[in-house]
Amino acid sequence: MGWIGFAIRITKVDQGVYVIEISGLRKTYRSRTGSVVAVDGVDLSVGEGEVYGVLGRSGAGKSTLLRCVNMLERPDAGTVRVGDVELTGLTGKRLRTARHGIGMIHQHFALLSSRTVAGNVAFALEVTGTPRAERKARVAELLELVGLTERAGAYPAQLSGGQKQRVGIARALAARPQVLLSDEATSALDPETTESILRLLLDLNRRLGLTILLITHEMTVVKRICRSVALMRDGRFAESGTVAELLRRPGSELASGLFPLGGPAGLDGATVVDVTVSGADADAPIIAELARRFDTDVRILGGAVETLATTRAGRWRLALPGTPQDNTGALEFLRSRGAEVEVAS
Amino acid sequence: MTWSEVFELLGPASRETAWMVGVASLFTAVGGLLIGVLFVLTERGGLLPAPPLNALLGLIVNLGRSIPFLILMVSITPFTRLVVGTSIGTDAAIVPLIVGAVPFFARIVETALHEVPGDVVAAATAMGAGRGTIVGKVLLREALPGLISGFTITIIAITGYSAMAGSVGGGGLGAFAIDYGYNRFEGKAMTATVLVLVVFVQLVQMVGDFLARRLSHR
Ligand SMILES: Nc1ncnc2c1ncn2[C@@H]1O[C@H](COP(=O)(O)OP(=O)(O)O)[C@@H](O)[C@H]1O
Ligand SMILES: [Mg+2]
Repeated sequence: MGWIGFAIRITKVDQGVYVIEISGLRKTYRSRTGSVVAVDGVDLSVGEGEVYGVLGRSGAGKSTLLRCVNMLERPDAGTVRVGDVELTGLTGKRLRTARHGIGMIHQHFALLSSRTVAGNVAFALEVTGTPRAERKARVAELLELVGLTERAGAYPAQLSGGQKQRVGIARALAARPQVLLSDEATSALDPETTESILRLLLDLNRRLGLTILLITHEMTVVKRICRSVALMRDGRFAESGTVAELLRRPGSELASGLFPLGGPAGLDGATVVDVTVSGADADAPIIAELARRFDTDVRILGGAVETLATTRAGRWRLALPGTPQDNTGALEFLRSRGAEVEVAS
Repeated sequence: MTWSEVFELLGPASRETAWMVGVASLFTAVGGLLIGVLFVLTERGGLLPAPPLNALLGLIVNLGRSIPFLILMVSITPFTRLVVGTSIGTDAAIVPLIVGAVPFFARIVETALHEVPGDVVAAATAMGAGRGTIVGKVLLREALPGLISGFTITIIAITGYSAMAGSVGGGGLGAFAIDYGYNRFEGKAMTATVLVLVVFVQLVQMVGDFLARRLSHR
């Protein structure tokens, strides 16, 4: 119980304290047939207790970026700091010690098939040099944390995908890391299992103050647990920021990814506007109020209100009869209610 | 030749074969594991990349495997004499058995170790495990069922080679079968030899299969 008890603290994301700081990161893979620039100058800062998502298509360089954080891949240029440690300069024993403070979970779980659930968690403790006498209690504590106490004696082959990932998470937390790296941890899972694993990660983030840097190609993962997100393309960050910021950023690709608006961007005789609200404003009846106050036959062309990891947010595409000039007052009203308004046509 | 005369000679011959196969298997296990592990470690992208050493090991292994056993045996007689002081008899036969079987087993070890998924090794590395831990607790342990199946095949191959070695002055069941069964047309001697070998191979295979199955949790 000890560790879990002590480690519970209120998570405060302090923008001033970055647990992971990456700057100018570059990694090129060379082979006989040519070379691939996998990461092409990435700067990234992850605050303490933050859940940071890197979103991108397959081949964007996400895995390479993540593997550079714990030096599974050696970057060609740039620096990587985790906690107080600058990792790019480390080798041997000092690198291995630094790695104890960085947990990692994997898309295909990467468990030892020859060991039981308990044995897999114990392996991580053996690696970090936990005395034999302490291991058993600690294994039990970790399995409890991920809800796998009953399956301690099972082999990975006897587990479901979600259970395997729970073992992966327990193992990653064995050395009490400050940071968890997640390489597509839910990509091999079905939607319900994905949801349960994301809930567990969010729970660990909140209870243990665990900082999580995850990479994914699934928007739902970002929606569900990320406070900040970056869009990666061709080895670079095309866009990044907190989800709340991005939603208010005109023309943000990530925002339209998070909230696909649908509906036509232009309509004869009407002004089409995209309206974004977040926080408490998301649930205010501003559209009804708009219709009443301006006596306008506003139409909703598309949109949704959703609960994101850190905020409620709503985004709609509306059609207001008349030209933009006719609707100046209506748009002013929406802005006065905290909405980000963008005129589409 | 009566059956009892056959059995009288069959006993010592079987013991000689068991000795040759046993000792050769033991050395082959050690040698094959060493070379196989070293080969995988020194690969490009391995835990201890050393392409020149890797190429050299690959060459040695391929060379050893491409020479037919009979030719290998006679061509290394000077080396055999250097090691055991003689080039005939059971002990002398053990040397070419090892030289022939080590490359064979090394290649099997390499294949078995490659079966261990790369992300399992990466996961251990990410945890901060050192090379020794990764080789011992991840690579060899995860590959153990495959290594045991492969070693079973190796013991059986050594048994086959040992009969060949026996037929050209090595002693054991091979010598017995040639001397009595073939040269003196003793059908009983030949039958008995074949039976002993079949039972032995069958036993080795059964034990190997059992162990491999017990240890596999895939
Ligand atoms: N070990 C490697 N050797 C050579 N090229 C690689 C290697 N790993 C990744 N790449 C290449 O680098 C690019 C980025 O890959 P990756 O980081 O795996 O992207 P993602 O995780 O976003 O799918 C791809 O073009 C990929 O083919
Ligand atoms: Mg990837």
